[in-house]
Amino acid sequence: MDTTADDAGATAPDATTTTTTTTTTTTIVERPGMRIVCPGDVITEDQGYMRGHGTFIHDGRLLASVAGVVERVNKVISVRPVRTRYVGEIGDVVVGRIMQVGQRRWLVDTQSRLSSVLKLSSVNLPGGVLRRKSASDELTMRQVLAEGDLISAEVQAIFQEDGTLSLHTRSLRYGRLGPGMFMRVPSVLVRRSKNHFHTLPCGVAVVLGNNGYIWIGASMEEDTTQAREHDQHIITEETRRRMARVRNAISALAHRMLSIFDTTIIFTYDDSAHLEEKEMLHPEAIATITQRAYLLCTDQL
Amino acid sequence: MPEYISVEGLREDGRRANELRRVEANVGMFPHADGSAYFQQGDTKVVAIVNGPKQGVGKAGDAGKVVCDFEMAAFSTTQRRKPLRLDRKNAELGSKIASTFESAIMTDLYPRSQIEISVQVLQADGGVLAVAINAVTLALMDAGVAMTDFVCACTASVIDGTNVLDINHYEASAQGPELTIAVLPSSSTIVMAEMKSRVHGDLYAGLQDLAIVGGTTLLPLLKKAVHDRTRAMLPCLGPAA
Repeated sequence: MDTTADDAGATAPDATTTTTTTTTTTTIVERPGMRIVCPGDVITEDQGYMRGHGTFIHDGRLLASVAGVVERVNKVISVRPVRTRYVGEIGDVVVGRIMQVGQRRWLVDTQSRLSSVLKLSSVNLPGGVLRRKSASDELTMRQVLAEGDLISAEVQAIFQEDGTLSLHTRSLRYGRLGPGMFMRVPSVLVRRSKNHFHTLPCGVAVVLGNNGYIWIGASMEEDTTQAREHDQHIITEETRRRMARVRNAISALAHRMLSIFDTTIIFTYDDSAHLEEKEMLHPEAIATITQRAYLLCTDQL
Repeated sequence: MPEYISVEGLREDGRRANELRRVEANVGMFPHADGSAYFQQGDTKVVAIVNGPKQGVGKAGDAGKVVCDFEMAAFSTTQRRKPLRLDRKNAELGSKIASTFESAIMTDLYPRSQIEISVQVLQADGGVLAVAINAVTLALMDAGVAMTDFVCACTASVIDGTNVLDINHYEASAQGPELTIAVLPSSSTIVMAEMKSRVHGDLYAGLQDLAIVGGTTLLPLLKKAVHDRTRAMLPCLGPAA
């Protein structure tokens, strides 16, 4: 008995120091070889390396320019910031909102540094892939996509001079998103993976945009761009509750800064079964329902 | 006449002449902002929020722009003051902060973009500009904005013939010359200096050196706040591939 009391006394101050960084008593395990740097820190004085993102060279030394984790690919050293605006890569799946209809292009908000561009020539218009775009198409652009519409798209190109993203929706998977929920999380939380369109075991469809924009819908039916009439079909209350649960599960993950992908969402969704949807975002509830996802993300599972 | 430094060499709040006030930092408490930080030095408390880099108005090839909105809460000073819609003093401090950070942020990485900083002073107990600059540094790093170095700021003054560091409101009432200096600590480069009154040339060098030392002393404290925040965010990188 005495020894256990001593142990408790000895570990108590340790436990309080860890709670300042995390909400639970689990300590963060730093992966071996993972190095955290702050701007101005010297990463290496070795001349044999090349400068990647998040670094700069001063007096022949390689310094960090953002706070984050050092990554090395062969001879290129870069620093990945833990939080930043979305930095696009070709092939990324993104969810975006139409901000403006312009000359032969739409301007799309993708949570990146600059508005992204969706060219009229990069969308499939009704009437087949090989249809030629005519002048009348330019005048009826708003019937295809209007301001405020949500779309899923793929990054087709990145403009060299300023990093603006050029998107395309030339695939049946992409296009206007139908009725559903939209949410925003920090873009670093969404990992790049093979598939960003998921139909979860509960039947709810989610599109996890690499840019941190997420769409949650009742089902993944393809939305042909002109099918606005279909929007009126009714979603049952049960489905709406399931969608709300998925939303809150993702929100809970984002609260604890945990990586968001299908497995963590399913873990959190399943572990929240004993709670009502509206109770999921209480601070204590977040800690319990995301525990399994937390262990997975920190390689403790 | 009030006594600012006792015969033992202690100041009114118990510090020595070259000591900083107690520092407290909290990074990233607002999840909806791109970056945010709370910084407290003694009883001066400041919240800084960063939004961006986001779409600016410039044309292709323009470097990123930094804008800063500086505000003092109505309850921040000893006398409650109704906030004015166009406050010249605040606007001046805002543009001072913006130009300070333009020399630390790598703006050429953010063409056609704008970085919006907003500073809210919750409690003003001397050295407001310096504390605000320290808070903004933390908020910018939370937002993942590329910078060449931290920007650390500190005040120095002369009271009764002694150079004192990081003065509070009471010591500012001694009407001594108040120097605020912002430095890039790794190279001790001064990026901003502001003097409240005229001072004899012989005194200036000592004041400047003291303020620079104060700024570089702050560096490990700021660094720890950013490091702790980054560490807490590691699970967002997901399981090891």
